Amino acid sequence: MDIGAPFYKLGMFGDDASLAVAAMLGVGFGFFLERAGFGSARKLTAQFYLSDMSVFKVMFTAIVTAMVGVFALSASGWLDFSKIYLVPTYVVPQIIAGFVFGVGFVIGGYCPGTSVAGIATGRIDAGVYAIGMLTGIFIYAEGFNSFFASWAEATPMGQITLPAVFGISPGYLVMAVAVMAIGAFALAERVESAFRRPG
Amino acid sequence: MSAVPSPSGSVGTPSYMNPYLAGVGLGLVLLASFVIMGRGLGATGSFSSLLAWIVQAISPEHADAIAPYADYLGEDHPLKSWLVFLVSGAFAGALISGMMAHRVCACVEKGPHISTGGRLLRAYAGGALAGIGAKIGLGCTSGQALTGGALLNAGSWMFMLMVFVGGYAAAWYVRKQWI
Repeated sequence: MDIGAPFYKLGMFGDDASLAVAAMLGVGFGFFLERAGFGSARKLTAQFYLSDMSVFKVMFTAIVTAMVGVFALSASGWLDFSKIYLVPTYVVPQIIAGFVFGVGFVIGGYCPGTSVAGIATGRIDAGVYAIGMLTGIFIYAEGFNSFFASWAEATPMGQITLPAVFGISPGYLVMAVAVMAIGAFALAERVESAFRRPG
Repeated sequence: MSAVPSPSGSVGTPSYMNPYLAGVGLGLVLLASFVIMGRGLGATGSFSSLLAWIVQAISPEHADAIAPYADYLGEDHPLKSWLVFLVSGAFAGALISGMMAHRVCACVEKGPHISTGGRLLRAYAGGALAGIGAKIGLGCTSGQALTGGALLNAGSWMFMLMVFVGGYAAAWYVRKQWI
């Protein structure tokens, strides 16, 4: 099949139209976050007390859905995977970053995207979290030249996917991740029913 | 301040969508973003744009001298950015969903054993930590975990794994806030 996507990268529309696309995708993004209950900090953090594993279930279902879609469309030759932006990998900084972010998640009760869903549905703590976010980014920026810049790009691997790291065909990994996700969902259901709290 | 609906959705209102169904919906939005734009979703970048705009208004020289601001400043207005539009849309989408389910309230999400002030202090501190983490990691649960997860991006999977490690590691120490 001839390459027909990503539309924007193939020049089918310009920057101004891309902003309209962003707003429309955003509506879907926010809608499903709130539908899932992710405007609520208690619902989100219940993930870490094992009483409600929705964060895991929603996230991994979304990942598997989009992953299978991207793989199938790329394999057909229609979607040019090389034109999809990959965030470059920096091993040590991203390991530290994930840990710090996770601690912030359970203390703050939200992540950046879900705080927007919280604010939209009137959660005052979500608004305070967002102000905290701005403060954190301010701390990072102000400390960038003197501290963060020296190691922010340490241990670089470039723009690289797991199939490339392991030297295996993407199809096998897509299948493995999908199968593992289904197993993990079954486990999550069992854990949840063991730890579920009344109310 | 109105009552906070219970975590399972307030009594008498439609409860939350089945998580697998919501996940498929979210995944299709993400897939549409890859196909239409050649990029995934994100949230933190919109906060970076907002802050860069504020700092630039106060001191343009200062903003230009620091890459984490300057990267979000160009010829256009700083808020004329893709992620700012995406997040503005997300606000609208969440509001629509919340209104449909009668889940909109001026309220604070917290467990029964913590004061409102204590909860807001932690919301602020947690937000600050997440902000620093998202900047070091070049993304958050949206731009890294969700987007990079679906692309099998190596760094995204490490980041995502560590988000869960960090969350579970700290959960015990802040349990009074939630349970």
